[in-house]
Amino acid sequence: MDFQQLAHIAWLVPALPLFGALVIAALRNKLKGNTAGYLATAMTSIAFVIALLAFIAHKPAEQASALVHLFNWIDIPGMEVAMDLRIDALSLTMMLIVTGIGSLIHMYSISYMHDDKRVNTFFALLNLFSFAMLMLVMGGNFLVTFIGWEGVGLCSYLLIGFWYTVPAYNYAARKAFVMNRIGDLGFLIALVMIATQFGTLDYGTVMDKSSTVSTGSPWITAVTLLLFVGAIGKSAQLPLFTWLPDAMAGPTPVSALIHAATMVTAGIFLLVRSSALFALAPITMEVVLIVGLLTAVLTATIGVFQNDIKKVLAYSTVSQLGLMFVALGLGAYSAAMFHVTTHAFFKALLFLGAGSVIHALGGEQDIRKMGGLKGITKTTYVTFLIGTLAIAGIPGFSGFFSKDAILMAAYQEHPLLYAATLGVSLLTCFYMFRLLFLTFFGTYRGKAHAHESPSVMTVPLMVLAVGSVVAGVLNLPHIFGGHETMKHYLETAAEGIYGEHLHLSAATEWMLMGITVGLIVLVIWYAHGRFVKKTTLDAEADELPYFKRLIARKWYIDELYAKLFEKPYGWLSTQLDAIMEKRVVDGAVNFTGSSTMRIGKLVRRVQTGNMSFYLLAMVVGIIGFLMLTIWGV
Amino acid sequence: MNDIVTAIRTVPLEHYVMLSFVLFSIGMAGAMFRRNTIIVLMCLELMFNSVNLLLTAFSAHYGDPGGQVFVFFIMLVAAAEVTVGLAIVVMMKRNVDSVDINQLNRMRG
Repeated sequence: MDFQQLAHIAWLVPALPLFGALVIAALRNKLKGNTAGYLATAMTSIAFVIALLAFIAHKPAEQASALVHLFNWIDIPGMEVAMDLRIDALSLTMMLIVTGIGSLIHMYSISYMHDDKRVNTFFALLNLFSFAMLMLVMGGNFLVTFIGWEGVGLCSYLLIGFWYTVPAYNYAARKAFVMNRIGDLGFLIALVMIATQFGTLDYGTVMDKSSTVSTGSPWITAVTLLLFVGAIGKSAQLPLFTWLPDAMAGPTPVSALIHAATMVTAGIFLLVRSSALFALAPITMEVVLIVGLLTAVLTATIGVFQNDIKKVLAYSTVSQLGLMFVALGLGAYSAAMFHVTTHAFFKALLFLGAGSVIHALGGEQDIRKMGGLKGITKTTYVTFLIGTLAIAGIPGFSGFFSKDAILMAAYQEHPLLYAATLGVSLLTCFYMFRLLFLTFFGTYRGKAHAHESPSVMTVPLMVLAVGSVVAGVLNLPHIFGGHETMKHYLETAAEGIYGEHLHLSAATEWMLMGITVGLIVLVIWYAHGRFVKKTTLDAEADELPYFKRLIARKWYIDELYAKLFEKPYGWLSTQLDAIMEKRVVDGAVNFTGSSTMRIGKLVRRVQTGNMSFYLLAMVVGIIGFLMLTIWGV
Repeated sequence: MNDIVTAIRTVPLEHYVMLSFVLFSIGMAGAMFRRNTIIVLMCLELMFNSVNLLLTAFSAHYGDPGGQVFVFFIMLVAAAEVTVGLAIVVMMKRNVDSVDINQLNRMRG
């Protein structure tokens, strides 16, 4: 089948997971055992095959993009929004990530969620998430993307609070939802502004018409900033990042799929998708860069002091997302997308590996109670090691190439920026190896009986491990004999990438790479000395000395938000409860009742039951009316 | 027919008005102040008929038969009303063994 034919059946890609979600949800009380898991996995796998076929058939040189028109959605004068799907290099890349890594995580979940009572609900939600995420990346206009945008937020909320009997998990889910709503509001306002300016929300038309807007005009700055606010919410950047670490309350496959590989990259996707708009707003680009850098640095430091295996990975995710935003802020769109891709592989791998460890230890998440698992859970150890090497940026692994692209772009902008991003990389390297060493090396410090996970869990790990190693070749830079394939591929979808060129000489690149790798090796050596030779365990956050405690308590950002927003809001609510609710609302309602009673008491005296009195009243009344008509008033 | 109209016209209109005013007032006073329900009903009839008298007199004096037609309708309705009224009196007698209208005060608020 050629590309055009495949584009016509592209609607199946989101439709299949939706179908799976609906069927499983409808039959959730009937399906026994692993049926729901197999069905859900099959749906995403078939969607992956279709996406892969479309990707293979896609020849950007002949046809850069295909717009699949499903039906007219909103059709009012001056505004037409169609249910369109846009198939181009960018959406195909994201589709492959979502369906590919998605099906592996579905498969892994079959075993991981095996003993859960609500396993059918879980798979229905996981499939629903896949549908929403695919709508997000495949949407042909901003509004279709917005459907997916809200959909993934909802699924994220439902899956974080999946074990809803634990109050803390419910708080985490609500926190994620509220934080996301703030971002969504920004996105929505941006949509309204775009719609009123251009009269359409279609990506192609908006990008074409964007050339009519002058660079740096207040309008474009406002729109891009609002779009970025949406991205901040979804991709957990400063100041809205605090929901993501708490989102680890959800089942581990959820953390891997939603909170590491796919949903959190929606913000980066959105910025790349609307790169033509961002190219016109230099101020916004600066903001993106600063926010990304601050987030990356801040969360990387927090990651060093976390003792929960999933929390370390969560802060690492936020930090890596920050690096991607740094790349976006520098205009290095392809570097950001490249890192999205490789990060999807190794972070999904690390999360699933962490899930496997947690599974092996019967639910233990504290790395201080692990250790020495290298000999027991061999497959998990090897794959986790590969994931760690990839994220740390060891040459040859995918993370090295993608992170290097960002570091180069940073150096080109300013050496200080390079130093900052390098610092983040080194911190990443340090806390990841701390995690690895404390979990798998040394002696076992826990009590639970450890065992290796079944193969349905380890196979996805192995596939992802292979991906984590080889994904680097997707965008191999010139100095390694590559052609930056992915960059040239994405150029056909995102205009901004054309302007993105590296002007560094080969010697500079080699030198920078040498510095990076040398420092990374040093950091690993230091971590090895600290956590393997003599195992240094961190105490509880409150017992640490001052500066360490500051970082371990996450720079007191949660506490700051509690003081800044929650407390005044709570105070306002109490006041409003006392004044508005108790006095105004309740008062109005009670007044209606009590005044009716009072009037009734007064008027009932007229009903004497005396016939003569009624007659008298009638006569007086009639005479009164007569006098009124005669003399008039 | 013309004889009757002529006969009615021999009495001045003011006298009819005065007579029916007196009759109406008597009826109204009786309806308001008497306690015997049967008397009250009779007083109502008196008020009806004072109005009828007035209608007939005006009809004759102005040569308009409409007033007399109206009288027939009123008599018909009054007959029906008396039937219902007397039935109520009978029921009242049976239930409270009295025809005192002040007994009917159960609706007092």
